Amino acid sequence: MTFVAKPKVHHPNLPLNELGLTRRDYEGSVSTLCAGCGHDSVSAAIVQACAELSLPPHRFAKVSGIGCSSKTPSYFLNKSHGFNSVHGRMPSVMTGANLANRELLGIGVSGDGDSASIGLGQFAHIVRRRINMLYLVDNNGTYGLTKGQFSATNDKGSTSKKGAPNLYEPIDLVSMALQIGATFVARSFSGDKTQLVPLIKAALKHKGMAFIDVISPCVAFNNHNGSTKSYEFVREHTQELVNADLIMTHPEVTVDYAEGSREDVSMPDGSTLRLHKLDADYDAHDRVGALNYVQRSQEQGEVVTGLLYVDPDPVECHDIMDTVDQPLNELNEAQLCPGSAALADINASYR
Amino acid sequence: MQVKYNDFVIRFANVNGSGSASANGMFAKALFRMGIPVATRNIFPSNIQGLPTWFEVRVSEQGYLGRREGVDIMVAMNAETLVEDVASVSPGGYLLYDNSKPLAKTLRRDDVNEIGIPIATMMLPEFADPKQRSLFKNITYLGALAGLLNIEFDVITGMVATQYKGKDALIAPNIHALELGRNYALQYLQAPLPLQVRRSDAVGDRIMMDGNDAAGLGAVYGGATVCAWYPITPSTSVAESFENHANRLRVDETSGKKKFAIIQVEDELAAIGVVIGAAWNGARAFTATSGPGISLMSEFLGLAYFAEIPAVVWDIQRSGPSTGMPTRTQQGDLIGAAYASHGDTKHPLLFPATPKECFDFATAALDLADRAQTPILVMSDLELGMNDNLSEPLQWDDAVRYDRGKVLDSEALENSEVFGRYLDVDGDGIGYRTLPGTHPDKGAFFTRGTSRDEFAAYTESPEAYERNMQRLELKWQTIRGLVPAAEIDDQKRRVGVLFFGTTALPMPEALDLLHADGIALDSCRVRAFPFGAEVEAFVQEHDLIFVVEQNRDAQMRTLLINELQTAPAKLVPVLYYAGLSISADTIHQQINEYFTANKLSRISEVQS
Ligand SMILES: Cc1ncc(C[n+]2csc(CCOP(=O)(O)OP(=O)(O)O)c2C)c(N)n1
Ligand code: SF4
Ligand SMILES: [Mg+2]
Repeated sequence: MTFVAKPKVHHPNLPLNELGLTRRDYEGSVSTLCAGCGHDSVSAAIVQACAELSLPPHRFAKVSGIGCSSKTPSYFLNKSHGFNSVHGRMPSVMTGANLANRELLGIGVSGDGDSASIGLGQFAHIVRRRINMLYLVDNNGTYGLTKGQFSATNDKGSTSKKGAPNLYEPIDLVSMALQIGATFVARSFSGDKTQLVPLIKAALKHKGMAFIDVISPCVAFNNHNGSTKSYEFVREHTQELVNADLIMTHPEVTVDYAEGSREDVSMPDGSTLRLHKLDADYDAHDRVGALNYVQRSQEQGEVVTGLLYVDPDPVECHDIMDTVDQPLNELNEAQLCPGSAALADINASYR
Repeated sequence: MQVKYNDFVIRFANVNGSGSASANGMFAKALFRMGIPVATRNIFPSNIQGLPTWFEVRVSEQGYLGRREGVDIMVAMNAETLVEDVASVSPGGYLLYDNSKPLAKTLRRDDVNEIGIPIATMMLPEFADPKQRSLFKNITYLGALAGLLNIEFDVITGMVATQYKGKDALIAPNIHALELGRNYALQYLQAPLPLQVRRSDAVGDRIMMDGNDAAGLGAVYGGATVCAWYPITPSTSVAESFENHANRLRVDETSGKKKFAIIQVEDELAAIGVVIGAAWNGARAFTATSGPGISLMSEFLGLAYFAEIPAVVWDIQRSGPSTGMPTRTQQGDLIGAAYASHGDTKHPLLFPATPKECFDFATAALDLADRAQTPILVMSDLELGMNDNLSEPLQWDDAVRYDRGKVLDSEALENSEVFGRYLDVDGDGIGYRTLPGTHPDKGAFFTRGTSRDEFAAYTESPEAYERNMQRLELKWQTIRGLVPAAEIDDQKRRVGVLFFGTTALPMPEALDLLHADGIALDSCRVRAFPFGAEVEAFVQEHDLIFVVEQNRDAQMRTLLINELQTAPAKLVPVLYYAGLSISADTIHQQINEYFTANKLSRISEVQS
């Protein structure tokens, strides 16, 4: 018995996607975050990306840790199951979820506290494992939910709301992801939907782990003068480097970017990932070069955004493990249990 | 000459990493193949090479598998521990040593029979390579033991042939070394000794296996598809066994691909996280660890308890606290596991006592986790997990179906009017769950560690919170009836003994020893926590119960007091926790002394 998604009662003006669904069918419950919180824009971008890709809204596994950012899986795709787990441990829960059912689309949402402090180990190791998922960090340089302490991504010298400077070196998750071997590494800004939505689409189509560090300002605790994660600072210091665009097999309106060079990468499902490079010399398939570029820009106080690195021929964990195509959670007794006949031989081997 | 057959304890003293394990293992296996019950114990250091290690074999025609105090034959192959090894031989026992170097005068004992064999000297002309010389030393003493104890020689040579199948060049030198030892014993020593073995049928159809191997195999049979783990002694071999067996038994015939996923993760937090994520998504998943890992997993275990996600954790216990004695056995994690995590959290525990039970409980734990939607901890220990022991053969009933618990599929959802993840529809405290991706419109819910209502919606309502906590308590009561029942021998005596896990191994012998002293006890082997009604009745119906366990703080006793409101005075602790497994003599002695000290009546008076 198969079931198809039933659209919600349609707003007459909302466009339908290939499944006959509108953006509303991809939304979640009403957000309880602060008005103006960057995280809500990220959720909206996820909704838009999934709707535009015509993905079945119930075929996701949404997993998060703890934090304002980690609450957001409630606010998108409410036809899918979500799991708000424990602080910093989204990667392990997502690993398990993905091992159990490789067909679901994994979206893991985390915060900078969640991923760069308590969960730094889990972050590093899920990158190594190449779990097929979108790993998205809502990076606001602060612990929103515990009221504004510095997080590990906060830049040295950036100040707290009360004016105290951060004395410690920052951790850059993008650099770490590049260094550990991620096959899709991007940075974006919650205030730049034009860049973010196509990036999320590309990430969802990427095979293996796609990591996006989204700078997502916290209006309550880290949006003041002196903060390097405020809307204003990010807008002023962002340098768009490689914008991505996902072109499905059929013609589709694509975002128009400024001059630069263009490169097409074919995706496993037949779609095309079009890269718009704003620096013509930048090679988005050169891991070491990307790492260099990111670090150099950071030194100069610039935040480079876009699809910074993509491996055109990625592998995912199930390929590495050589597991069957059928989701493991669908296998039945006949497929799983060797039965009593095999046990007779096994007993004999222990005599 | 009065010959004693099939009843002795032999201990091998070796240097870790010297290749002795294989020779010692062959010794035990040879007796087992002659139909004689044996129990083996590896007493090893937390070290890869160089430190002392001992291997003990209990040989018992009566089938006593627990440890017995005293060593009848000491095979002393480690100069460093010679002093203590000589001292540990029981009066009248035998000391087999390498007399290439004479035994120091100070070590000689009048009450011990010395058996000197110049093994090192014998090796010199035989094997040119020094490494071979040291390896074949072990095989040579095995050959000597064959002569001394009258082990059927073709049983041993047959084992060499199977062990080195494919590496045929090794067979001849091994057999040669065996013969060297045996011939020396027969020619120059008084062989065979008055302590001998002879073929028996006491083993029956039993197998010889270690508990971790059985657990890993059980997880394959029980349908586990995801295993996540982090190395820690003595649990590592559970995951290794799962992988080995699954690589053979769980490969898709047409594609050659694996019908399981095993992953060595970065730590125990990740291991339990993977298990919880996989089980949330409908796979049967497990991890294996030891005490330090349980400590790390605590936060996640609380999440799984509260969010009601199945998970199976094998705790192969070792001596704590902290790193403790990491290669020594203990039953010290009971309270830590039962109440792991903050808040009002509690978890069912299973206590396997034999390799067969490890195999059976692997499936039972997966079933129970799915049925009760909660983490299940299987409390094995180093003694059971890492030692080859006699076990009833493994059995599987092909008619049995996995119990996947209350999971609504798309059709069930289509036909249901309301779905509330935490609604207690059946009145047993267990709601219905759905798996991610099942249905386009129905059944999706948000799993969280925060308080929620019956429909999985976040709430801080005091009433909703309390209702939920009470439902979880009702579920706990339901679980009491789902866990494996205790094995009880109740002859309506007034005094009983309660034990669990590997404390069961020496118990038949301890009960026999006590009986000879006029002490007859009813017995209860607890197999799970929470305690079923049968355990409650046993505790209620006896005036006095000895609670035998392998930890300092009498943790099982605490659980009985805490969960059954048992009067503490009637639960008498019988404890041993020094790193070896508890012996029949220890149990016998402590209970006997209690009877004497408290002037309790012995058999004739007790029986009505
Ligand atoms: C083990 C543990 N320690 C501490 C906390 C408290 N805590 C909740 S959220 C949070 C920080 C969240 O920061 P981040 O991940 O950056 O998310 P944000 O709220 O900024 O989006 C902390 C420390 C916790 N929930 N669990
Ligand atoms: S505290 Fe900051 S991060 Fe949290 S919801 Fe408010 S604005 Fe967003
Ligand atoms: Mg943050």
